[in-house]
Amino acid sequence: MVKINGSPTDVSGKSIREYLSATDYDPTRIAIERNGKIVPKAQYGSVILTDGDSLEIVSFVGGG
Amino acid sequence: MAAAFPTQEEFLQAQQQRHGKKLQQKFSSARAAVCGLGGLGSNIAICLARAGVGHLHLIDFDRVDLSNLHRQQYAAAQIGMYKTDALKETLKAISPYIQLQTDTIRMTEENLGQLLEHDSIICEAFDNAQAKAMLVNSVLELFPNKYIIAGSGMAGIGSGNCIMTRKITPRFYLCGDEKSDVADTPGLLSSRVMLCAAHQAHTVLRILAGETEA
Repeated sequence: MVKINGSPTDVSGKSIREYLSATDYDPTRIAIERNGKIVPKAQYGSVILTDGDSLEIVSFVGGG
Repeated sequence: MAAAFPTQEEFLQAQQQRHGKKLQQKFSSARAAVCGLGGLGSNIAICLARAGVGHLHLIDFDRVDLSNLHRQQYAAAQIGMYKTDALKETLKAISPYIQLQTDTIRMTEENLGQLLEHDSIICEAFDNAQAKAMLVNSVLELFPNKYIIAGSGMAGIGSGNCIMTRKITPRFYLCGDEKSDVADTPGLLSSRVMLCAAHQAHTVLRILAGETEA
């Protein structure tokens, strides 16, 4: 299981990009922290999620 | 008769009396960047200037417009000025000895590395969600030792109590309710935008004070 924003999610073995494509997240509006570090955007396709990973996906909204 | 204009030494003494000498030393020697000088950025900059942060780097490409005055810290007489110039005028009036660097430019993935090279703490204060994500991702990728404090979710008439600060990574703090998109609400209100800006400015001051929890 991978913990995503606090919820255990069954996505082990998938890349971050694969996971995102099955969700409503807009990749141009997000930042992803994995195990305490930010994941560079260029690595979304190559980082494979594994059991025990903890992911925090921040989705920015407009206004300022 | 008008009172004598305070000297730099008198200014510093007044700040030291309020904040304590040790804390003021940390504020006075700090340098922070404010990226975007709208509702968030203009308020953040004023908070930091009042606290006596020694050096601010103000970045925005835009000019003051009548439609900004309902929430941004500009005056009617400043309409048409670049926000960098208008805010510089205001900050100098509040805190005459503050050091300011201004860049009237649109920040892009290409130029932000050079623009932010010398700033150790960076406030994201854009209004566009994609621009927010671009700045936060780029800063964290390019400069692992800098702090970034972003604002997301402060539009509408929702409760002020929903505006919070979360620490996402040791160098990335996020302020706002993370939900209220300006596109889904009647707009931005000065009070709620100020709350978010105050969270961001306060996080800067806490980091400078060595208090790194959200």
